[in-house]
Amino acid sequence: MLHRPRPVARRLIIAVPFLAALLLAMRYDRGPTGSAADAGRPGFTLRDATAEAGIRFVHQRPTFDPKISGVEPHVAALGASVSVTDFDSDGWPDLYFTNSRFGAPNALYRNRGDGTFADVAVSAGLADLNRPGDGVSMGAVWGDIDNDGREDVLVYRYGTLALFRNVDGHRFEDITAQAGLRRWMNSNSAIWLDYDRDGLLDLYVTAYFRDIDLWHLTSTRIMHDSFEFASNGGKNLLFRNLGGGRFADVTDKLGVGSTRWALAAASADFNGDGWPDIYLANDYGPEELYLNDQGKRFVLTAAGLESESKSGMSVTLGDAFNRGRLDAFVTNISERGYLFQNNNLRLNQMNEGGRFRNVAEGPIADAGWAWGAQFGDLNNDGANELFVANGFISADKDKSYWYAMSKVAGANGQFFEDAARWPPFGNASLSGYERSRVYINRGAAGWVDVAARVGVTDLYDGRAVALADLTNRGAVDVIVANQNQPAVLYRDAPDSANHWIAFHLIGTRSNRSAIGAEVVIESGDLRQRRVVDGGSGFASQNDRRPHFGLGQREWVDRVVIHWPSGAKQILARPEIDRIVTVKEPDR
Amino acid sequence: MSDAMHAPLVAQNIAVRSWQRARTLDSRYLIAFLITLVLVVAQLRYHMVGGYSRLALALGVCVATELVLSWFDRGKVANLLSAYVSGISLTLLTKPQGGALWPFVLGGFLAISSKYVVQYRGNHLWNPTNFAICALLLAAPSRVSVLSHQFGNDLTTNIVIWAFGLVIAARVGVLHITLTYLVSFLVLNGIRAAALGQAVLPELAPITGPMYQLFLFFMITDPRTVVRGRQRQIAVAVTIAVAEMLIRLGSDQGWPFPTAFNAAPPLMALALVGPVAKWIDLRRQR
Repeated sequence: MLHRPRPVARRLIIAVPFLAALLLAMRYDRGPTGSAADAGRPGFTLRDATAEAGIRFVHQRPTFDPKISGVEPHVAALGASVSVTDFDSDGWPDLYFTNSRFGAPNALYRNRGDGTFADVAVSAGLADLNRPGDGVSMGAVWGDIDNDGREDVLVYRYGTLALFRNVDGHRFEDITAQAGLRRWMNSNSAIWLDYDRDGLLDLYVTAYFRDIDLWHLTSTRIMHDSFEFASNGGKNLLFRNLGGGRFADVTDKLGVGSTRWALAAASADFNGDGWPDIYLANDYGPEELYLNDQGKRFVLTAAGLESESKSGMSVTLGDAFNRGRLDAFVTNISERGYLFQNNNLRLNQMNEGGRFRNVAEGPIADAGWAWGAQFGDLNNDGANELFVANGFISADKDKSYWYAMSKVAGANGQFFEDAARWPPFGNASLSGYERSRVYINRGAAGWVDVAARVGVTDLYDGRAVALADLTNRGAVDVIVANQNQPAVLYRDAPDSANHWIAFHLIGTRSNRSAIGAEVVIESGDLRQRRVVDGGSGFASQNDRRPHFGLGQREWVDRVVIHWPSGAKQILARPEIDRIVTVKEPDR
Repeated sequence: MSDAMHAPLVAQNIAVRSWQRARTLDSRYLIAFLITLVLVVAQLRYHMVGGYSRLALALGVCVATELVLSWFDRGKVANLLSAYVSGISLTLLTKPQGGALWPFVLGGFLAISSKYVVQYRGNHLWNPTNFAICALLLAAPSRVSVLSHQFGNDLTTNIVIWAFGLVIAARVGVLHITLTYLVSFLVLNGIRAAALGQAVLPELAPITGPMYQLFLFFMITDPRTVVRGRQRQIAVAVTIAVAEMLIRLGSDQGWPFPTAFNAAPPLMALALVGPVAKWIDLRRQR
């Protein structure tokens, strides 16, 4: 018979692996977040060039009805946005920042072409948009709504929408009322897309709070009624462009009126049927995918998104692993010891299984309280990097609202729907002073955060991130709008040995901005897809010129352009290391 | 008598017999039923589990550890219901950073092995799940957090789980512990809020959350770790509530606690008070 040790000895024997398990947990805590990838040489730097570029924009947060003063830091924590446009059609990308305090001007920075910018918002008529009665700006999206060759702009606010027609490349006129868009929406994002492929850009606007006037509240029951499955937010609206500068609300007819507290939207043809679909990142709820049924209606599709309820802050699209597909990266909230919602990197498998598959693990899963993010090839090596801005409220460093938040989050929805019942914020921080993340893509080995190594060390409360080649030199500069803080321009310096190519697309049958066009390049073993951006990330819009890094490859075999009209254009062996202008064939 | 007249009587007899049979069931089966109910509701309605691999790992490690250690320590395989309850509780309560699975492996092992390592007079002192969760929160706060899902903050789900929980607590004979803690929590935290000049409702609100449901129905009432005697059980429940109130008071005042105390006050209070009470109780046995 097997001899069994004495009881004390038995306990001591069991204690060995027991203590080892405790020590192992402590080691996991201190060790690097699990990624097998080695950053190696990032192959690029990002230098803060804000001051030398002449960008002096400082966002100012809004103030609201004193009835919700206890939670005002939370409610007023949005509004810093940046969008890229070439409003004067001079070939140099310009920048538009929104402000959010009554009387504080928005800024339109015209690119002088020499690396510096001049704020021309006042002369353009796009500065004074934060006024009592109209609301305060939360963001803007640019697109040529009348196909006249000049990009127009929609400003979404906590307040009324505002649509401006670009008159002559210098001045803008407010056409909101004529367009039928004077609607009060508490919105944090909008996108242009041509859902019916008629060559005119349509507009999808998401709503966060219901259509209440946050300065004249009749009730303090304005908050979400669940931290996971809230559907008492404002209603998203889809407006069809009728031509002649007029829009019609087709939300109910098309079935896209979600009320899930959407914070961000993006559009692309995810299932390859030729029609642009809509992807939503919702706060307090699961993401939503609306598949476009040939422009007649949208169908809310599960696609594997319904199984994870988090706090979607932004959604950006990119070909994460060069599969020729547009994947979605959705940011969420993580806070040490309290909450690990984890970001989602959802691989597009719509054609195989009708699903998106979340593969976010290791470093990219946790970027703190993450906001805007964008895919871009910052080192021109042929694989996308990810830039993620983060940090919610940076106030008193010694006071955190997380403990108070944990009381609220566990309560019944009926309780915290009333803003007056929340513990007052005071001067507490909530996931403040976080550093942005810059993830370098090492393919199957994973993603590695190289922010500090490449020069990104700011601790601002980042919101919107936009990417643009501001000097037309084949580099992806990063512009970050920070909440209640200065905007930052990071100048990208990619490895000079790497090649690149970018495309300036001009629609003819499609909308002239070519928004929604998808470009696939093939260069040896490299195959990558990008979409012309009609708005993505959080409150942001990228350069409309898709940029591809090529690494050491010295030619591109083939470029396939899928125009929003449905036309397919193939370019053979285009010249590289330049921005190639492509006009959509008439037939 | 016709068949039609018989039918209600037959149904009534079946119901009575079922209830009587339920009354004779081992209480551990009822607890296992309740945790299974919570799991099913949580997953089907709110997708709370976060991946079946987590459930499989936590359950598998708990059961395997119990099998091996009970055989090694006692020479026979223990009833596995306790491991089953621990595995499910861990799955529901543990929320890791990224897709990490190691917290479920280490958590499951720590939970069950704690019963064999930390003993006094042949009894374990900590509720296994409580020990594992607190150990993970203290040892690895950058990688592990506690339950963040809230059953959708939905009243109906709350009512269903509370109703089943209270009935089963009554059946198992621990209802007085649950109710004592509940009342103590409300009174003590009401007083704390009033003393600090805070609104009372936010301080009482957490009790409706699922972390408290798991705490009240599966941890503080764990038959193996509660003290003997109704009055002593009530006294210990009040003491745990006082400890939790003090932790919350410290958090309100910004005392430099480890994050685990701010994130999971009731779990930490039980982890501190429970073993001491059990140890005193066992000492008195002499």
